[in-house]
Amino acid sequence: MYELKGEDLSKRFGELKVFSKLNFDLHTGESMAVIGPNGSGKSTLMMVLLSIYRPSKGKIAYLLDGKEMEENQIRASVSLVSPYLNLYDQLSGEENLKFFATVAGENITGKEIENLLEKVGLAGRGMDLVGGYSSGMKQRLKYATALLNKPAFLYLDEPTSNLDAAGKKIVADLIEEYRSQSIIVIATNEEEEYHLATKQLRVDK
Amino acid sequence: MWWKWSLFIAMGLVIVFSFTTPAPQQQIGEASRVFYYHIPQAWICVLAFMMSMIFSIRYLKNRRIEEDDRAADAARLGFIFCILATVTGSIFAKVTWGSFWNWDPRESSIFILLLIYGAYFALRGAVEVEERRAALSSVYSIFAFITVPFLIFVIPRITPSLHPEDSIVTENMKFTMGPAVRTIFFSSLALFTVVYFWMFSLARRVRIIERSRMEIEE
Amino acid sequence: MPQNSFGLISKAAAVYAKDLRLELRTKYALNAILMFGITTLTVVSFSVGQSGLPPKLLSSLFWIVMFFSAMSGLAQVFVREEESGTALALKLTTDPDAIYWGKLGFNLTLLTIMTVIIAPIFFIFTDAPTDNLVLFALVLFLGMIGLCGATTIVAAIIARASVKGALFAVLSFPLLLPLLLVLVKATEKVLLGVSFSSVATELQFLVAFAVVMIVGSVMLFKFVWLD
Repeated sequence: MYELKGEDLSKRFGELKVFSKLNFDLHTGESMAVIGPNGSGKSTLMMVLLSIYRPSKGKIAYLLDGKEMEENQIRASVSLVSPYLNLYDQLSGEENLKFFATVAGENITGKEIENLLEKVGLAGRGMDLVGGYSSGMKQRLKYATALLNKPAFLYLDEPTSNLDAAGKKIVADLIEEYRSQSIIVIATNEEEEYHLATKQLRVDK
Repeated sequence: MWWKWSLFIAMGLVIVFSFTTPAPQQQIGEASRVFYYHIPQAWICVLAFMMSMIFSIRYLKNRRIEEDDRAADAARLGFIFCILATVTGSIFAKVTWGSFWNWDPRESSIFILLLIYGAYFALRGAVEVEERRAALSSVYSIFAFITVPFLIFVIPRITPSLHPEDSIVTENMKFTMGPAVRTIFFSSLALFTVVYFWMFSLARRVRIIERSRMEIEE
Repeated sequence: MPQNSFGLISKAAAVYAKDLRLELRTKYALNAILMFGITTLTVVSFSVGQSGLPPKLLSSLFWIVMFFSAMSGLAQVFVREEESGTALALKLTTDPDAIYWGKLGFNLTLLTIMTVIIAPIFFIFTDAPTDNLVLFALVLFLGMIGLCGATTIVAAIIARASVKGALFAVLSFPLLLPLLLVLVKATEKVLLGVSFSSVATELQFLVAFAVVMIVGSVMLFKFVWLD
């Protein structure tokens, strides 16, 4: 059983205040939609939760069966799909997947890569350079990369951006699949995506 | 308040005595009076840079932005004293050795210190996000400090020394620095140190006011 | 514990292999370094001619060319990751140590390629004496490790600054100055044709410098890479 806790989280960049005093507590099986207008700090909150930024005040805790997880344990169990996260344009889809699996310390077989690519609807395109992908295909590949470590904490920032109807369907299916075994945090403006989550968190100044 | 007045009077006395007593080093003559100012400045410069590095380490440990403020303030003051020491030294060099700059080991060292802190300020100017600026410049300042022992090892081997350390600092300190010279020199050293800490605390107060104004504006 | 360090090596190797592959496909850093090196070498050679310069001058010129060529390409390893937005993916998936070692190895490879190409051209253009090549190669090799050890973390620092420009050279120069001074001295001696034992002090210095810089970088890298 995993747990993600935020206590009185505040973030400011110098004089610019992004958000303050956010509180939440999520357990495996729960998901949270982070909502708020453009520029309200949804993506920043994601970065804070992922320890890319440090919170200015407050505390984040990653717990496994009530015990705080260690840094590399956390790293092995989180994944992010975000417009700010890019894959290597000069590598092919397969090479990207293989690289990110290896640096995470996992072994991955060609078969597993194939399965992942098929799952996100990129079957047969694995050998092409990512630079030649459309933005929707890149988004799909980001999902494949995010699923490499079978994340216990899945962060989705604008999960369906650049995706067509088929792509959106894939994302909805993925969320459905991971819902029971993971904690999912979704930052979004799309009304239909709120309802994918069991909880809501409004981010405001 | 009282200590500022005593500082003012004491500093005045040091200045007067530094020019009215016989020159500290007969061979060099009048120019050797720079000794009362140049060495305290160089000492403050080293002290300030040491403090800056210690505050940098503390910042990386506890992530309080005040530590980074302190590191920057100390570096800024150190830089000012570094320039003063360079200028006084350079004038002294012109008078005694005939040219303003000779790449004597001390000159080389202080020049490199100026370069390091010039780079440090260039880096601070190039990072907008406060916390990132603090982390990056702390790392750079610690890293730059690691190279100092190598400089100390290398530089004397590259260029021979012209410095009058044998005539004043080493020998006179140990044996022949007379009581008058000794008193003036160490008073000057102490007073410069007090002035430095005063300037440092003033810089701190300015920072605190700035930060609290930021809090109020919210 | 051995499991752990083995894991670190294989991760670092993956980062290294990835960077090498990207470089082979774009040749971005390598082109910059080589073009810069060859251009400056040509200028030097044209202006001083083949007139048999004294070793002191030759070795200074050589290291000026090497320093600035290296400066033109070494920052790429991190700047490229930050600018393309791939740094975020790396930060989330792997530990900072693996990144540092991979990038250090890659920079070392870049400089080795640069040296293998630039140094022979230097000898051809300037007619420097070649009777001490093994020792020359040793000095070069140790110098390269020191250069990479000190600048890889600087590359990581400037990749995170909003204004990059000449910052890399500005930040690297004071750190590299002691190294460059010793390298010039050692190269001068080597060109004069001295024996191994008379550059022993310089070689010891080069090893110590490289070790201290790399250890320092490993300790500080995570503060630069994260947040």
